[in-house]
Amino acid sequence: MKQTKIYTGALLASVLMTGTALAQTELSMWYHGAGSDVEIALVTQVIDDFNASQDDWEVVLESFPQESYNDSISAAALSGDLPDIVDVDGPIMPNWAWAGYLQPLPIDESEFDDFLPGTKGIWDGKLYSIGLWDAALALYTRQSTLDDLGLRTPTLDDPWDKDEFMAALDAAKASGDYEYAVDMGLAWTGEWYPYAIGPFLQSFGGDIVDRSTYLTAEGVLNGDEAIAFGEWWQSLFTEGYAPGTSQDPADRDSGFISGKYAFSWNGNWAAVAAIEGGVDDIVFLPAPDFGNGPTIGAASWQFGVSASSEHPEGAAEFIKFAAQDKYLAAFSDGIGLIPATPTAAAMTERYQEGGALNVFFGLSEAQALVRPVTPGYVVAAKVFEKALADISNGADVADTLDAAVDEIDADIERNNGYGF
Amino acid sequence: MASKLTTSNRSGWGFALPGFSLIVLFIVLPFFFAFGFSLTNQRLISPNPTEYVGFENYRNLLGFGLVTLEPERSDDGAVVRDDDGEIAYPRLRTITRSDEYPQYRGMREWFRWQDGENAKVVIASDVVFLRALTNTFLFVIIVAPVQGGLALGLALLINQRLKGINVFRAIYFMPVVVSIVVVSLLWRFLYDVSDGMFNSMLGFFSFGLIGPIDWLGNPDTALPAIMVMSIWQAVGFHMVIWLAGLQTISPTLYEAAAIEGASKWQTFRYVTWPGLRHTAVLILIVITMQAFALFSQVDVMTSGGPLDSTQTLVFQAVERGYGKQDISGGSTISVILFLIVLTISLIQRFLTRER
Repeated sequence: MKQTKIYTGALLASVLMTGTALAQTELSMWYHGAGSDVEIALVTQVIDDFNASQDDWEVVLESFPQESYNDSISAAALSGDLPDIVDVDGPIMPNWAWAGYLQPLPIDESEFDDFLPGTKGIWDGKLYSIGLWDAALALYTRQSTLDDLGLRTPTLDDPWDKDEFMAALDAAKASGDYEYAVDMGLAWTGEWYPYAIGPFLQSFGGDIVDRSTYLTAEGVLNGDEAIAFGEWWQSLFTEGYAPGTSQDPADRDSGFISGKYAFSWNGNWAAVAAIEGGVDDIVFLPAPDFGNGPTIGAASWQFGVSASSEHPEGAAEFIKFAAQDKYLAAFSDGIGLIPATPTAAAMTERYQEGGALNVFFGLSEAQALVRPVTPGYVVAAKVFEKALADISNGADVADTLDAAVDEIDADIERNNGYGF
Repeated sequence: MASKLTTSNRSGWGFALPGFSLIVLFIVLPFFFAFGFSLTNQRLISPNPTEYVGFENYRNLLGFGLVTLEPERSDDGAVVRDDDGEIAYPRLRTITRSDEYPQYRGMREWFRWQDGENAKVVIASDVVFLRALTNTFLFVIIVAPVQGGLALGLALLINQRLKGINVFRAIYFMPVVVSIVVVSLLWRFLYDVSDGMFNSMLGFFSFGLIGPIDWLGNPDTALPAIMVMSIWQAVGFHMVIWLAGLQTISPTLYEAAAIEGASKWQTFRYVTWPGLRHTAVLILIVITMQAFALFSQVDVMTSGGPLDSTQTLVFQAVERGYGKQDISGGSTISVILFLIVLTISLIQRFLTRER
């Protein structure tokens, strides 16, 4: 008799527990920021607030390290195991949308009217993802470095051109105070190469793929401008201006702060660390103009809804909740990235008028160019990264770029033009 | 067909079924899938339907041609030489990207040699794959004998009846237990050009004469560096196998040799080595197969660089199949790797067969 009582008690308790759980539908969410404590704390905060603010949905977070995040999503898509809410890197979004991982956001586009253009993931005319922040690039240096080397401070309206930039590097190298004149960050393998070095190629007049048709890279990645870019890029390493592919990741993080490098080509996410690391007179110079206009990258991580999600409306609720100005400002304050709306920027410490990083807002507006918007970007990025690494290591520029073009073209052809 | 094997061992089959079915599901089936996929244009995930393409993937991987470059000549017919005195040849891209030679479109130079005044250039449609092939072969040819020999040496050392010999056995075996990824990460720090331990020791012992060497960033030293690390990590495993083989040799043979007055080398050559024949065959085949599967070290330490000096077949298969979403390309490389390993194993079996 006692046993029956215990069993019925346990049965009732478990039924009641599942009963209460059913009231809140669980939404799974994957995020790429494992290892980045500040980001995870912020995302967790948004999730906790959302869960507490309503009774219909409960978002559960799972974090992945950034390097393996894309592979995990591919594996999950193949096994039909995608979460409801996914985090997608801007240029990868067309590939996931084309492959059927994502569904268009069930949110009216007008909700995001004042968001920066780089934060909106639009493919085939539909909005698939929205980002809470955008990322920009700048040439980090110290005001004292500019003064010591006797260099003009470039402005957005009047950036350095190629000759001035190389003269600055020459001055830094000749002074003997620095291990390397400029740090291009080759220790950060992966998306950094197309994101940060691609703009230099675009500033020379080339591109990773021909954006008028998106069907070939011939002529843009191996044309005269691209070869000129390749030879300039190779000269940075053969003449000792920049550390190459065997740069220690620790040097990438701390080299500029400790004074090893005179200039550092870096994104605004590292600005916070630099300022807090003790670089008091840090200045963020705009990208040099190599002939086709100065360019920096755009589009960072964005939130989207997976195609296999059973509750897209719940996912959309969460995304709308997270896109409120106060969270945009919180993310910006925490990780230093550009908040997606001007109203959120006014709320942040660094991007408001007169704030330390306010200049990045202007840079993003004036110079940002998104990476090629095509499902073929996944392959094109890897091919471009390898070509850049090979050129840095001394391979023949024209042959390497030709091989990259051939590979990108072959991939586009194999995929029937990716729908173009 | 109810043979003694199946009927009287029913419970045995029952016990083996779970493991057996998992092996079939995850190893045997994908093995056959690989053959199938290599004949199609299967993508990792794509809205386009998969099409049968025949041997196009194999043609793309293995296609090559031979081009003869004649030296550039000035107007009076003399050969043009550049500043170093080398003969100037026209750039290969004028041939491979011209409309006159459509069969060479998309090909790249693999290597060239001088033939009198002309340069003979071997061009291939997939130079990275061919470099991966040569690197893998180089790795196997060097690592198999060195690792096997080193393991034998260590096994001979730890086969003695000394106090505390088990401590040494444990120490030599420990690298095998550590995950190869962890070992690769640690050795990447050791090989670091500015702060790595090897460069520090090199500078210290040579009193600063030998400068820091960029082990993983120099195309000439990257593959040897990975070889050294791989040998260090795996030698313990084969040492244990050799040890097992050594301990099967009857001690009476050693006593007989001692009575006959054989020296250490003669004992090894006439008593130990013949007794190790079977073990040697096993070790050779196992090391060869494991060496062909070189992947983790490359993935963690060098990603195939610098300048393709550490590309390997498995790394390329994963890079293409998963990274570039081209499953058919990755499957083709896997099939080619399987055929190579099969051929080499058969050759090894033939050469070491019982006569």
